[in-house]
Amino acid sequence: MKIVREALAGTLESSDLMVRIAPRDGELAIVLQSEVVHQFGAQIEAVARDCLARLGITEALVVIEDKGALDCVVAARVQTAVSRAVDEWTADWSALS
Amino acid sequence: MKLRRSMLFLPGANAAMLSTAYVFKPDTIMFDLEDAVSLREKDAARILVFHALQMPVYRDIETAVRINPLSTPFGLKDLEAVVRAGVDVVRLPKTDTADDVKALETEVERIERDCGREVGSTKLMAAIESASGVVNAVAIATASKRLVGIALAGFDYVMDMQTERGDGAELFYARCAVLHAARFAKIDAFDVVFSDVNDDEGFLKEVDLIRRLGFNGKSLINPRQIDLLHNAFAPTQEEVDYSRRVVAAAEQGERQGLGVVSLNGKMIDAPVIEHARVVLRRADASGVRQ
Repeated sequence: MKIVREALAGTLESSDLMVRIAPRDGELAIVLQSEVVHQFGAQIEAVARDCLARLGITEALVVIEDKGALDCVVAARVQTAVSRAVDEWTADWSALS
Repeated sequence: MKLRRSMLFLPGANAAMLSTAYVFKPDTIMFDLEDAVSLREKDAARILVFHALQMPVYRDIETAVRINPLSTPFGLKDLEAVVRAGVDVVRLPKTDTADDVKALETEVERIERDCGREVGSTKLMAAIESASGVVNAVAIATASKRLVGIALAGFDYVMDMQTERGDGAELFYARCAVLHAARFAKIDAFDVVFSDVNDDEGFLKEVDLIRRLGFNGKSLINPRQIDLLHNAFAPTQEEVDYSRRVVAAAEQGERQGLGVVSLNGKMIDAPVIEHARVVLRRADASGVRQ
């Protein structure tokens, strides 16, 4: 799947995160901001990368502003952002689990 | 017997509430994809609820999802997500006829087969929100073996009836109709939301009414109402003591081969004994009313 437009998902409320995704040629770049980046930054990025890989996203700029979200919320917001940034999204629920 | 006194509604798009609501321990958690979610967040809520349903913390709590009606562009997508995520109960809003339930059941069974989930493991609940739904309540309640209950939804119903929420008189016929249909079908019956979360006195008055009518429980929109509701549904110490004596007398009579036994000069027959056992089960689950 290819990111063709910029899209947002999530909120900046506590226990949530805001994900901004945009087209980027040749690389998958993830920028993470979080108050708990030292404790959980690597975990949040790993969840995001896993979600993107399972959706076949290899090129994009992903900016994550975390507000203490659980892993499953991180996954949900990344997947929602992707679904809004690609053409002709059809949910493959087994890939989203 | 699954207790369903409290059904706590959570907006499906609210990450914080979905992440923490298990701590309130309602009997059923109802993730809402319908009225509590704006049109532009329907997709996000669906994915969020899909993940929340699979959180280990919800394994010990019955999970339900209020999907959007199948007549909307969202309903079938919601259903695809939540059945695959392992939801216990799907709540269908705006159920007007038995055919609405049958259409839902057909889709649920297809999805169960597609994803390898045991056919029949997804239970259903129908929400009755119109005059048509109330008139067809018996047909709705008996439309599927998957139905665990029917619920009255007050706001849409009173609008359809061209009235408004008041002291409960406006819901009297609908409550009785839904309750009788549920009892006829031997499924649970759930009462409407009480929306003023700061009016504990009014809430408890309504809970007392629906408990005495025979409802199993009530839809809730604030966790603060859970303990109030559970306590109101708990039997009194006097009821528990009497029920223990009834069950003890019945068991003694059974050991002695007596068909009918008496307690304090009053005959105890099967319905009295069964009621006593129900009271003791409620006391096990809810404790004794404070």
